[in-house]
Amino acid sequence: MRHLAGWSAAVLILALVFGTLGAVAWRADWSGGLGRADWLAIRFTLWQAFLSAALSVAFSVPIARALMRRQFPGRGLYVALLGAPFILPSIVAIFGLLTVFGRSGWVNDAFGAIGLPDISIYGLQGVVLAHVFFNLPLAVRFLLQGWQSIPVERFRLTESLNGSVWTLLERPMLVRVLPGAAAVIFLICLTSFAVALTLGGGPRATTVELAIYQAFRFDFDLGRVALLAVVQVVLCLGALSLAAAVPVGDGVGIGQDRALMRRDRHLLDWVWIGAGAVFLGAPLLAIALAGIGGLGDLPSVVWPAALRSIVVALTATVLSLGLAMALILWSNGARWIEALGALPLAASGLVMGAGLYLWLAPLAPPAALALPLTTIVNAAMVLPFAMRIMTPAYREIEAGYGRLADSLSLTSYARLRWLVLPRMRRPLGFCAGLAAALSIGDLGVIALFAGTEQATLPLAIYQLMGSYRMEGAAGAALILVALSFGLFWLFDRGGRIDADT
Amino acid sequence: MLTLDGITVDLGGFHLAADLTIPQGDRVAVIGPSGAGKSTLLGVIAGFTPHQGRLLWKDQRIDGARPGDRPVAVLFQDNNLFPHLTIARNVALGLRTKGRLTPDEQRTVTEALDRVGLSGFEDRKPAALSGGQQSRAALARLLIQAKPILLLDEPFSALGPALKDEMLDLVAEGADASGATVLMVTHDPGDALRLAGHTIVVSDCRAAPPIPTAALLEDPPPYLSAYLGRRRPLDEAAKTSG
Repeated sequence: MRHLAGWSAAVLILALVFGTLGAVAWRADWSGGLGRADWLAIRFTLWQAFLSAALSVAFSVPIARALMRRQFPGRGLYVALLGAPFILPSIVAIFGLLTVFGRSGWVNDAFGAIGLPDISIYGLQGVVLAHVFFNLPLAVRFLLQGWQSIPVERFRLTESLNGSVWTLLERPMLVRVLPGAAAVIFLICLTSFAVALTLGGGPRATTVELAIYQAFRFDFDLGRVALLAVVQVVLCLGALSLAAAVPVGDGVGIGQDRALMRRDRHLLDWVWIGAGAVFLGAPLLAIALAGIGGLGDLPSVVWPAALRSIVVALTATVLSLGLAMALILWSNGARWIEALGALPLAASGLVMGAGLYLWLAPLAPPAALALPLTTIVNAAMVLPFAMRIMTPAYREIEAGYGRLADSLSLTSYARLRWLVLPRMRRPLGFCAGLAAALSIGDLGVIALFAGTEQATLPLAIYQLMGSYRMEGAAGAALILVALSFGLFWLFDRGGRIDADT
Repeated sequence: MLTLDGITVDLGGFHLAADLTIPQGDRVAVIGPSGAGKSTLLGVIAGFTPHQGRLLWKDQRIDGARPGDRPVAVLFQDNNLFPHLTIARNVALGLRTKGRLTPDEQRTVTEALDRVGLSGFEDRKPAALSGGQQSRAALARLLIQAKPILLLDEPFSALGPALKDEMLDLVAEGADASGATVLMVTHDPGDALRLAGHTIVVSDCRAAPPIPTAALLEDPPPYLSAYLGRRRPLDEAAKTSG
């Protein structure tokens, strides 16, 4: 039973990652080779990912250090809100960034009032700005973890020796933690699609992922799709092996709130904390303000789209947690099976979608496939996160209670029921929340196929923005945020509520 | 009769050899310095430690069987109860792991809890019990499993002396009632005297065949007296029991 489920999950993942790539490659016409535009796209993809990772990490150091050195009311909330951009639907965040930095946004209004020239949010700077908005908080959380891994006693020892905290403790810690954080962010920016779709474009600001989308949706040029898909996989595998070479914590799983009396404070701490709060808070505030204004006049497309999104998200959640569970139970600690669960990180969601479409196209029209394909791809894309969180939890359970369960003959279903599931409730709830929030906010595969009739809420928002119905988009964005955070809260809380430790 | 026939364990640098038999129904203490392999010996019998050689119970080989399928029930040093399950459910897992309990089985669980003085604690979680009560609940499960061999790996080492003696008496009572064979790891020669007629000394990579506990402590071989130090456990034990 365990083996059957494990094998099926493994085959499904391999089919999703390599099978879809194969399907695209099979149909491709390879005569073209990589053109000039493709090379530009590759260069832009790497460059924006590098800049985004470098800037996120660079700014995260002073902010995280300030947070470690200062106590203030609302610090816990600040740290908790740093987790928000991770599950904030990307199209919503982009809407917020446009409201603040866009052509007639807050910043340009202020600049205009004092006679400064306009800034543009489109192109390289916009893509990088959005990526830093998403990943700076992640980097800060990584670093907070690094700082907390330094025992309090060592700070006291350094102080009593009159040594420098920076050279003795902080710099070595950063050398250890920063490369991992940068690698993870680089990988995330390499595959991000919605940001490039909305803020990029044109020959100078097209990512590989965006080029895949255009080749499929506008030209239906499978040759280019296949070629670019291979390029994307190579890039991702490169970044993934880079990330594997450096130690990585997980910045998503833990709420951190432990501070230390520090003497080596600097007044600039407050500047960094304030700047971080404004940079991350302003777009969120913009979403809330514009959204509340837009709620009065919601376009009729919003509610059916919201319903479709909920169904897609819940199904993808069940699917990805099921896959993760099947792999983990089957692996029994075998690393290669666990690595299998990380494989979707190297894949492009769009290529998976395109490949699945080519397989299934003879069976059904594209419109009918849009939502099922989105669901499957979402489930696959969430799987690495689920594996990352659930695997250590499972190992801990087996280490603590495995022998007792063995000696009581708790096997297969009984073991799952009496040992694994009840003790996994917290990580399961957290993962389910993460999966639901990430897939309800996803704007990826759905953009390949859907018209208005099958649009999910993120796509509906994108379409409203494209037709300059900003009020409607704002209201819909607020609803999407509420759904995404609401689902996360519901599942996460469900896992905690009278869970016995 | 439990037979360890040419058993050797090799855990990368750690070795243990055992060639011995334990008569059915006997109660045996396992004693020796830390790290000598007392728990490893129990692990071999319980099925958690890979080894060479043959393990027989009533002349049948059992070394191929999975831990749960052996004629063996175990009390570990800790983690003997699932913290997320009620006391009644924890004990009931010793009877049945699949499906609902029959009314008969339900009654057996109640009686087992009664026997260890935990009536009325059925619906509590382990965290709501004291250390001694948790040990008793674990003991109730051990006894309800009704296996012919009971392995105790220092399960009571965290308890105070009075509580520990109480637990040992409960074990002895339960084993007497069912005729079970008992092996118990302990650091305390007093425990060995209280529970066990025979003692296996584990030291120098070897588990020695069981010998009468009283005689062993009366005239300890050099390695054992080094381990025991200057204490005269027999005198102390004589005082407490006399």
